[in-house]
Amino acid sequence: MFSPPPALEAGPDDDQLLRVSLGPQHPSTHGVFRMNVVLDGETVVSLKPVFGYLHRNHEKIAESVTYLSSMPYTDRLDYICPLTNNWAYASAVEKLAGVEVPERAEYMRVILGELTRLINHTAFAGFILGDMGAWGSALMYAFREREKILDLFEDVTGARMMSNFMRFGGCRNDLPAGWVDKVSILVDEYGPFLDEMEKFLLGNEILLVRTRDVGQLPKETLINGGITGPMLRAAGVNYDIRKADPYGIYDRFSFRIPLGEKGDCYDRIMIRFLEMRESLKILRQALDQIPEGPFINPKAKIRNFKPPVGEVYARIEGPKGELGFHLISDGTVNPFRYRIRPPSFINLTLLEDMCLGLDLADVVIILGSIDIVLGEVDR
Amino acid sequence: MNNSSIELPAKINRLPAPPKSGRWIMPGLGLFQGLMVAGRNMVESYYKKERMTTIQYPEQRAPISPNFRNFPFLCYDKEPVAGLRCTACSICENECPPKCIYIVLDRDENGKSLKRPKVFDIDISVCMNCGICAEVCPFDSIYMDGEYELSNDDRFGGLLLGLDRLSKSAEYHMQLRPEEATAVLARRKADEEKKAAAQAAKEAKAKADKEAKEKAAAEAQAATEQKGDSV
Repeated sequence: MFSPPPALEAGPDDDQLLRVSLGPQHPSTHGVFRMNVVLDGETVVSLKPVFGYLHRNHEKIAESVTYLSSMPYTDRLDYICPLTNNWAYASAVEKLAGVEVPERAEYMRVILGELTRLINHTAFAGFILGDMGAWGSALMYAFREREKILDLFEDVTGARMMSNFMRFGGCRNDLPAGWVDKVSILVDEYGPFLDEMEKFLLGNEILLVRTRDVGQLPKETLINGGITGPMLRAAGVNYDIRKADPYGIYDRFSFRIPLGEKGDCYDRIMIRFLEMRESLKILRQALDQIPEGPFINPKAKIRNFKPPVGEVYARIEGPKGELGFHLISDGTVNPFRYRIRPPSFINLTLLEDMCLGLDLADVVIILGSIDIVLGEVDR
Repeated sequence: MNNSSIELPAKINRLPAPPKSGRWIMPGLGLFQGLMVAGRNMVESYYKKERMTTIQYPEQRAPISPNFRNFPFLCYDKEPVAGLRCTACSICENECPPKCIYIVLDRDENGKSLKRPKVFDIDISVCMNCGICAEVCPFDSIYMDGEYELSNDDRFGGLLLGLDRLSKSAEYHMQLRPEEATAVLARRKADEEKKAAAQAAKEAKAKADKEAKEKAAAEAQAATEQKGDSV
């Protein structure tokens, strides 16, 4: 049963408390989201998230269309990083149907996936500054670099953001001629950009004061809450699916998992910068090693694709955390059940625990440091 | 979880924390560094070529990538609408994720399929530019267009593309994506030749069969005649 969110007019018993409807309400920030916050002066007493404004019925639609037709809908989940969403869904269906992926396609997926991680973390660095009130420079620098990667995506997939590129058993088309060289140039230029960005942001006293020791939670709470991704690693828990449960060809690359110490907002920003550097390492290795060959398994079926009866859960390490797809097949062209485990949504569940007792201004930074995209939260 | 596969994690290189007294050793140094970065970026944006990215749009246009896709179009070889490659098989209609394609098969007065569409509508206000229709088409008929200036003052009729607005020639496709179009044309030509060869072989075989039959019949007749003669 749908129960309406608590009305703002229903005032608290204590008339010293103040109810505020807070939240990023503009689609260009994090999405459309609302928090019903009860404040005692500046201090947060209670915080109840209200979401669903961007609900698109993705899971139910997927049960009524064919397996392939769900692929473009996964682009719209986390619209900052569509290619990792494609990858997670494709790997779930491949596991279900037992389709092999050729070598070249695996390398293409790693390259595109790591570029997506760069996009996500770069955009995060811009957005978190926007949340602190520095709306402008940092976001523009981040988006300038993001646009270069998006141009590369357009050359390959045909669209900047709505890529719809991965297929069951490979990728849709081959890399265009000269694309690998273009990525190599970008990877070489990205290190200096990260240096510049770190100089620009991470020594800034205002940022230090506002993010240090804000929004900490004990490791146990984070693990019990199912938090994954950079949020968990910032608290010092060594858990990255690329290492813990290697998928694709990640076991071939040498890279390290950066870990934080405290798990406050500063660690969460820092960890993303360090992860970008590790992504650059993976990209360099993948660009050197990428072999020639088919980009899609020639036995893979495009039309009238019917996987055998079964149930799978496949997960990948998305830029925001563990992104998983749970599929149940009854042997027809449509999935019987299609369920997503979105990292943004699960990471958001501990928002209230992080915010209680802090100031109203800290809530905005904590929400920014979780790095949510409402397209994925609401689905 | 296999612990042996996990490498030693890299520790965050944290900046020294401010003293408990709250006084910084050099307050504002980080801010100043950041300002320098911003200042350099601002100055560079006035003279560096790669920073001046604005394109004066209606007069200048950025080149579009060969893989760029927007909305679908239907390909014909010789004459528009009547000469479409489309056979109204409805595969694209079934695979279309937002179900924006509507096809009615053309039939003659006896109800026999003419293998061409009577109605083929694509509502581009619903279309999500995914390109799946082009991918699944087995008849090389539907492709993704690169046209992006589609603003219209009619919300409904103007965005519902019918057969007349969807039909575009094979030359247009060649111009848009030369590589793909060349491959498709070569394959179609090979297919046609194969088909023609198969047809010819079939005809030849039919002819040979017919001749053999005639010969056999003639022989049989001759035999009966001979028999009759001998009797």
